[in-house]
Amino acid sequence: MRGLTERLYKAGILLQLLAFVLGLAFTQAAFAAEPGSLAAIKAAGKIRIAVFADKPPFGYLDESGKNVGFDLVIARRVVKDLFGREDAVEWVLLEPANRVEYLEANKVDIVFANFTVTKARAEKVDFALPYMKVALGVVSPDRNVIRDIKDLRGKKLIVIKGTTAETYFAEKHPEVELLKFDEISEAFQALTDGRGAGLSNDNTFLFAWANTNKGYTVGVPSLGSLDTIAPAVRKGNKELLAWLNGEIRNLGKEKFIHKAYAEALAPYYGNSVDPEDLVIEGGEFR
Amino acid sequence: MPNSGFEVLLSVNNLRRLAVGLGGTLEIALISVAIGLALGIFYGLLLTSKNRLVYGLCRLYLEAFRIVPVLVWLFLFFFGSAIVLGVNVEGFFVSVAVFSLWGCAEMGDLVRGTVTAIPLHQWQSAEALGLDKWQVLRFVIIPQALRKITPPAVNLVTRMVKTTPLVVFVGVTEVLRVGKQIIEFNMMKNPLASFWIYGFIFMVYFLICWPVSRFSKKLEERWAF
Repeated sequence: MRGLTERLYKAGILLQLLAFVLGLAFTQAAFAAEPGSLAAIKAAGKIRIAVFADKPPFGYLDESGKNVGFDLVIARRVVKDLFGREDAVEWVLLEPANRVEYLEANKVDIVFANFTVTKARAEKVDFALPYMKVALGVVSPDRNVIRDIKDLRGKKLIVIKGTTAETYFAEKHPEVELLKFDEISEAFQALTDGRGAGLSNDNTFLFAWANTNKGYTVGVPSLGSLDTIAPAVRKGNKELLAWLNGEIRNLGKEKFIHKAYAEALAPYYGNSVDPEDLVIEGGEFR
Repeated sequence: MPNSGFEVLLSVNNLRRLAVGLGGTLEIALISVAIGLALGIFYGLLLTSKNRLVYGLCRLYLEAFRIVPVLVWLFLFFFGSAIVLGVNVEGFFVSVAVFSLWGCAEMGDLVRGTVTAIPLHQWQSAEALGLDKWQVLRFVIIPQALRKITPPAVNLVTRMVKTTPLVVFVGVTEVLRVGKQIIEFNMMKNPLASFWIYGFIFMVYFLICWPVSRFSKKLEERWAF
């Protein structure tokens, strides 16, 4: 019996070794070209850009499964200006929480995924010039539009727990009475039920909501500190960063971001929104 | 109701995309189940080793895959390989590797449990009848072990299939992710799409896992004493 089990052990060890070697071979097979520099990207003949696949209207897949959205319109143009054609790109679909890691691990060259510039992120990746700005907004019924925070005196404002809107009003305007909800759908239901005079959230989100729900207006389109949205490259990839910044400045000259807005965002936001509240041209943001 | 949301399931494009996603799910699940179960059998025999070094190493591997969540392993392999080794491994290979290793660890423990559960006298009696080592294994031990291991092994297979949606975090497109993409695309004009898409995906998982457990039940009945 011992002889048999011993033989089995040996066979087992051999198989595990084989698996390990096979694993290594797999790894070698999946080796991608040494990425990074502008020259390497050009030599590879394509650039790897990370985008969202389920965040309309910024980055999503249309009915046929094609990558579309505001970020994609700009990213396609960047690819075209780099290679002379739009299809020299590999779209890498990612989740919001992974964006920094994809750059750190060198799995993509540029992240073009509604990436809000924050101090914490800027320590790990290099942000290029911004192309969009976001702020808080307040949406309210047409019959009683809230146009200023003063209009909220003595009224209730609906916010969603854990959002920047909740923090902003608690810190900067403690005089406004807040009605808090856990879920986005609950909060909007409360607004339509008339339980609050208005609802505050990211303005981009409110524009889209007000556009599909008639009878509501984003009376306060921009509030609180403005955050910017920019593409990002791997920390220290100076060459690509410089090229990208130059590209964004050039796009500003022909007001390309406005064109991207008209193509991808206007259908979602409708005519009620002033593009100037969202778009940044040529990276110029005071 | 003008917009029940059901039409999202009638769109040929949506169904085609869901089918492609399902292909991704099945590919990873089937390859990992095959590799995991096959290696798991040998690994399980190693786990019965009396050699303390062999046993210790095997135990370490088993506990590592039991204690650390599969998602963390996926991240470790996907980002770890790139940051530490500078090697860019595709999400698909990472998924297959992690799911195979996980399947192997779990299967190994099942095999160890089953083999140790077969009483020593079964070996001894079979040898007393004049069977050689391979015959004992072939005619006495394996048939008994197989019968004992089928239910938990099938349970493991369905668990592996149901865990595959985690691969989206390493960039692999599978059926649940495609579903989410379709739901988000339809969010504004078709808010009820989520009900039908998730319902569809529920049925798909059921149709994969149910026949597997039916099959195991059949086997158990056929092998019953």
